Amino acid sequence: MEAFEILFTTSLWVAAIRIASPLIFATMGELICERAGVLNLGIEGIMTVGAFAGWFAVYAGGDLWFGVIAAALAGAAFGLLHGVLTVPLGLSQHVTGIGITLLATSLTYFIYRIALPEVTSPPKIESFQPLAIPVLSDIPLVGPALFNQTPLTYLAYATVAIVAWVLYRTPAGLAVRAAGENPSSVEAQGISVTAVRVGAVMAGSALMAIGGAFLTMSAFNSFFFEMINGRGWICIALVVFGSWRPGKALVGAILFAAFDAYQVRLQQVTGGIVPYQVFLMLPYVLSILALIAVARRATYPKALMVPYQKGER
Amino acid sequence: MDASQGGGAETVLRLAGITKRFGPLVANDAVSFELRRGEVIALLGENGAGKTTLMNILFGHYVADEGEVEAFGEKLPPGDPAAALAAGIGMVHQHFTLADQMSVLENIALGTQRMFAPRFDRTSARARIAKLSQDFGLHVKAEALVADLTVGERQRVEILKALYRDARILILDEPTAVLTPLETDALFATLEMLVARGLSIIFISHKLNEVMAVSDRVLVLRAGRLAGERATAETDRGELAALMVGEEIRTPQVVAHRAGEPVLEIEGVSAAGQGTGAALDRVSLTLSAGEITGLAGVSGNGQAALAALIAGTLVPASGQMRIRRETVSGWSPRAALAHRIGRIPEDRHAIGMIGDMNVTENVISESYRSPRFSRAGFLDWKAAREFAMSIIAAYDVKCPSPEARVRLLSGGNMQKLILGRALDGDPAVILANQPTRGLDVGAVAYVHSQLLAARERGAAILLISEDLDEVLALSDRIVVMSKGRLSPPSRRGELTVREIGELMAGHGVFDTGESHAA
Repeated sequence: MEAFEILFTTSLWVAAIRIASPLIFATMGELICERAGVLNLGIEGIMTVGAFAGWFAVYAGGDLWFGVIAAALAGAAFGLLHGVLTVPLGLSQHVTGIGITLLATSLTYFIYRIALPEVTSPPKIESFQPLAIPVLSDIPLVGPALFNQTPLTYLAYATVAIVAWVLYRTPAGLAVRAAGENPSSVEAQGISVTAVRVGAVMAGSALMAIGGAFLTMSAFNSFFFEMINGRGWICIALVVFGSWRPGKALVGAILFAAFDAYQVRLQQVTGGIVPYQVFLMLPYVLSILALIAVARRATYPKALMVPYQKGER
Repeated sequence: MDASQGGGAETVLRLAGITKRFGPLVANDAVSFELRRGEVIALLGENGAGKTTLMNILFGHYVADEGEVEAFGEKLPPGDPAAALAAGIGMVHQHFTLADQMSVLENIALGTQRMFAPRFDRTSARARIAKLSQDFGLHVKAEALVADLTVGERQRVEILKALYRDARILILDEPTAVLTPLETDALFATLEMLVARGLSIIFISHKLNEVMAVSDRVLVLRAGRLAGERATAETDRGELAALMVGEEIRTPQVVAHRAGEPVLEIEGVSAAGQGTGAALDRVSLTLSAGEITGLAGVSGNGQAALAALIAGTLVPASGQMRIRRETVSGWSPRAALAHRIGRIPEDRHAIGMIGDMNVTENVISESYRSPRFSRAGFLDWKAAREFAMSIIAAYDVKCPSPEARVRLLSGGNMQKLILGRALDGDPAVILANQPTRGLDVGAVAYVHSQLLAARERGAAILLISEDLDEVLALSDRIVVMSKGRLSPPSRRGELTVREIGELMAGHGVFDTGESHAA
């Protein structure tokens, strides 16, 4: 019974939303890229870059929001690199993406070593603090979980709404979706497929980097190696789980985060009987099962991973 | 559409000295022409003559190596579709440029509003589309997903796309290739209405009867050059065909004769669809010796499944197949070959031939296990090469040697190799699926004459074709396929084109009971 009661504790849901926040940013970022027809496996590395850039900007004396902007710009720069390699040059999106992840991660560690040659334990920064929203945060259970979080979490909520609005309600979003469905429809209407796709990859990569920055600026206060720890790959799965729709992807991110928060607490309840590794595995097993249930029926963007070459015969 | 009205009207479009090269290939060689207001020009030519390339240059998809395009007296910047659109040029591409998972409205209005506007204005777009479809009789639901539309409806969306941007010049690239005869008639009526409103039209086609029906003036392209220009009223199909290929074409004559014994009988067969095509729904069909059965229909209606069934790659879910009165069991591609079924597949690149293997390897690919080409598990390359040489000689295949990679051959020569392989050893049944698709007029006539010769020798032939003219020209009997069902067979000349068109659209006999063609 104890295992069941955990579900109604405030701390579980507070943790779930906190764990979900970086995933929401990065998932929205990946979703934008894929909607434009470009798979971005650079996500893991771009999150690492964002985590470092945001943290380092603040460590070097910048304002917290300046850190967020620094992370976004760094992400967009790697997005530009990925975009140029995969869109006008038409290179394999898989290979380029993995290359970007390796490059971005290693480059980050390298710069960290150069910038801080003598530190043994990573320095801390003054990170974003929870900001209770009056009235709403007083609602039992839901209130503290949703409305007593850091400003970056609120930004994550807003990001979902903005991405959904842009994709479905603006001319630019129309062009992005068309580029992912059939690039020749974009070209035939006098819009540059290259511009749309590279632009989408840059915007998406900026969001991924903010997702990474959440970890150093809102969750852990400092930067250390391997801190992204596969979160980027989870976001790739979340995009599929969400059938390339922002709302569904948000639900997926929160579900995954809730499982993750739940398994930590479950370990304490059943400690000793079941090896803890089983619990660590749980969210991933569940996400595979969820993918099987949901994603088989998904309609994916038709031109995903198909390079478009103007004037090709 | 009167030829005389073109004379005095203003020139809306001028192409001067357009040359485009792809590597060593000259796709367009100094092509120049003018288009006048309210005029329909037909751009006629064989596949590969450079029609589509020329239009893609005009629309800015390609950049010409030499020459320039002028619309309404203004020079168009090269390689910029946005400029072409702004100048009032609209293009309906052969392969539609529509995003399937988006609505009609979204496809039409894409790129017509300020890119970074905070909101996409649906209301005004909907109103404008409603007005245009009213004005031009192009009915289509603005909120429907493109994926749910028929091919004819998609084409209407493409035309609306151009009209939405106030196109004054409309280019249609092989617009009838995918339409049923009824849809083609509707398209022609639309074109007439557009011309009456002062639009100018360039109609690209390789079908002579259509060119004669819609155009005021015909430009013939041959191997990238303008081979001739005629007023439609002053020319005929024969002259145009000769201009297209540069020589007189003799179309083979069909001599009526009696059919022989039934060879392949398919009875009440249902089977899964192939790819996105329809599944077979209780299909019955008998192929008799010395007879060509023509199968007409819009692609995707189950032809692929029927072809796969006969070729042995698809096993019936229910129903029976008999070959020479014996019920078939253990149906497979190898069984089909053992029963002497000669196969000319629909897609010669994907299925018919292996592009990266050489001519010899390809021609023995159906028979390499026979003692003729293998001894004790080792290939007899000498015999294989001789066989390849014999096909090359007999079918006049233009290739450097039997060791040449098939990828490097032209479509017509590839098809000759397939014919040689399929017709080797006098097959009892010949499955000819789109045997002339993408071939030029000369190669088409050759394929037809070979099929007729096989018929004389007593083969039972199934000719599947989307080209209704081809079916009508060669077939002793005609069946029509629609939504996986087969119409009853009709004798040569029994049905009019219109009646066949209605069958293709799924009207009539398909409503009840078993689909029959005994």
